[in-house]
Amino acid sequence: MADSLLSYIALAMILFSIGFLGIISRKNIFIVYMSIELMFNAVNLIFIALGRYNESMQPQVIALIIIAIAAAEAAVFLSLIVVLYRRKKSLNSDIFTVLSQKDAAHE
Amino acid sequence: MSNFLLAFIVLVPFVSATILGIMYLYSIKISKVPNFVFTLFGLSAPIISFAVGFSFFLKMIVNDEIILYKAYRWLSVDAYDIDMGFMADQLSIFMVLFITFVGGLIHIYATGYMKDDEGYGKFFFYFNLFLGSMLLLVLADSPIIMFIGWEGVGVCSYFLISYYYEDSENVKAGNKAFIANRVGDLGFIIAMVTMFYYAGANGLDYINLEAGLVNLPIDLLTFIGLALFVGAIGKSAQIPLYVWLPDAMAGPTPVSALIHAATMVTAGVYMVARFHFLYDMIPNVGLFIAYIGAFSALFAAIIATKQTDIKKILAYSTMSQLGYMFIAVGLGAYSVGIFHVFTHAFFKALLFMGAGAVIVALHHEQNIFKMGGMKDKTPLVFYTMLIATLAITGIPPFAGFFSKDEILLTAFSSEHYLLWGIGVVTAILTAYYMFRMIFIVFFGQNYKKERTIHFVPNSMLMPLVVLAIGAVLAGFIGIPEVLGGHNLVGEWLSNWHLDSLHVTHKTEILLMGGNILAAFIGIFIAYKKFYMYDMKDVAEPQGIIWNKFYIDEIYDRFIIQRTKALSIFISYKIDVNIIDKIVMGLSNSFIKSGHFVARMQNANTRFYAFTMLLGISVISTYLIIVMR
Repeated sequence: MADSLLSYIALAMILFSIGFLGIISRKNIFIVYMSIELMFNAVNLIFIALGRYNESMQPQVIALIIIAIAAAEAAVFLSLIVVLYRRKKSLNSDIFTVLSQKDAAHE
Repeated sequence: MSNFLLAFIVLVPFVSATILGIMYLYSIKISKVPNFVFTLFGLSAPIISFAVGFSFFLKMIVNDEIILYKAYRWLSVDAYDIDMGFMADQLSIFMVLFITFVGGLIHIYATGYMKDDEGYGKFFFYFNLFLGSMLLLVLADSPIIMFIGWEGVGVCSYFLISYYYEDSENVKAGNKAFIANRVGDLGFIIAMVTMFYYAGANGLDYINLEAGLVNLPIDLLTFIGLALFVGAIGKSAQIPLYVWLPDAMAGPTPVSALIHAATMVTAGVYMVARFHFLYDMIPNVGLFIAYIGAFSALFAAIIATKQTDIKKILAYSTMSQLGYMFIAVGLGAYSVGIFHVFTHAFFKALLFMGAGAVIVALHHEQNIFKMGGMKDKTPLVFYTMLIATLAITGIPPFAGFFSKDEILLTAFSSEHYLLWGIGVVTAILTAYYMFRMIFIVFFGQNYKKERTIHFVPNSMLMPLVVLAIGAVLAGFIGIPEVLGGHNLVGEWLSNWHLDSLHVTHKTEILLMGGNILAAFIGIFIAYKKFYMYDMKDVAEPQGIIWNKFYIDEIYDRFIIQRTKALSIFISYKIDVNIIDKIVMGLSNSFIKSGHFVARMQNANTRFYAFTMLLGISVISTYLIIVMR
């Protein structure tokens, strides 16, 4: 049982790392969003694996809540992406720098 | 008691100065104020001060007491409480009387002299401020309050010397006076601080200081005495800080009269007399003071014999007479020194005002070799100036004779015959240069014929007459006993007399005769050389004496240029290369590090995420490895 827990955790860590790499290396907002979802699910996987391991239902409940909230969040995120796209006609995440002080800092 | 009136002697000139200053500003900014309003305020101040001072004088004749009045607590620092206190004793009230009297006459004279000047109100503002500062200096009950007056006098002299500020030479002269005085002030401050540190435990006024100084070791007292005297040298223009006095002639003539006669230069003599309790304990320093005075007297007299500017001659004669005063106070005969201050105030004010009248009459010509023949043109000025000259020369019965004779007598009886010898030689020189001036200005022949004489107003002539009467009579209050008189000054200032004289009446008479002889020798030489002088003979002045022994040049070469070089070195080398580097380097490094940190905020979300990951990794590693 311990070996299989380790492999679950290892899988979750690999998924999380892939997700994170996606966030920092890709520019397309959709792919960034997908990477975030991937990280969510990696965390969910850890919750469920540990719940099974400890024979407890609580982590599974939390996992379900995360799935529900992630669904709601997906709606907000997708609508935000639409708005952003309308503004700049682009999905490149690097061009959204309105809130930064980059211009001021390099004067 | 009406002791509070004492403060009014000082307060009235200050208040009047404030009013005059405001009115002058109003006059130049908004609408013109007529001159007689300025005159009214300007003249009332010395008159009121004189009246109040005189009432105190009368009261002190009756009661023979020291009047103290503390107006308010000015400062309270730790254990030191400094009161704005005034003290009238015999010495200070004596000073107040002739300062306000002679000062008042100079004010009246100034109304005539400055009549057409643009800054009439400003002039009287300075004048009243000057008078008030001098009175504060004299009436103060502690060295600190005295120092306020001392500095006030210094700053007013600066204002007044550079009064015609359009000419940069005048501004330079004002600066010179101010800076030379600052050197002296440093000595005063050092002495004051030392005194307060060692003797100020019970209070800082003269009475407590006197009690505190008694127990101090002689070395410390010598140090304090010398440092104080440095202050006196600066104010009273003795060697080596005298250089400002001749240049102070750049100011209007009433200013010269006020600085040289009633105020400012007498402050040093007054200070030594005021600290007589200190100088009584250190006769060696007193002797030093006397020698400085003697050499200053001789030195100035020698320079005066070659000057061609009428005001400069008088300036050097002032320095010379101040030297006499320092001989007296240095030898412990304070009352004698103060007596000479008193008589000097009359005849020197008269000489300056007479010179001013001649200068006005000749359209501001100051070179005596361009004057000549003024006896018939301005007879009143001639006779009054002749009286003053006889007084300064020391011909009886004029004022200067009695005081100068007493100083030389003191020098002789002190058995420092060198002092006496210098005094006598200076007396001969004094007679010579004064009569040289008189003969050239009033009897000189072959002057330029085509000149017009400018009208001299009565307000300028009236004070001359009053002062001439003073110059004749002032000496009679101090007739020595040997002539069957009664030395009122000596009696009045009896606390300021070190010891009685050790000479017989016979010697005294002989010395007196010697002094008169010395004066006549000087007059005779001047008569031989300059009576009915032919102005065509005038050669271009030259030689070491005319160049004032090159002292100004020596100071310039060795002190001023060195200071300048040091300043340049500091400002262009140390400041630029070290101070600026440190300060600017510090601020630049902040800017640079700021830019570096700002680069982190590059608006790149992915970079932020990466940094976050890095942070989390570091913290997790720490938690795993260290906190387990």
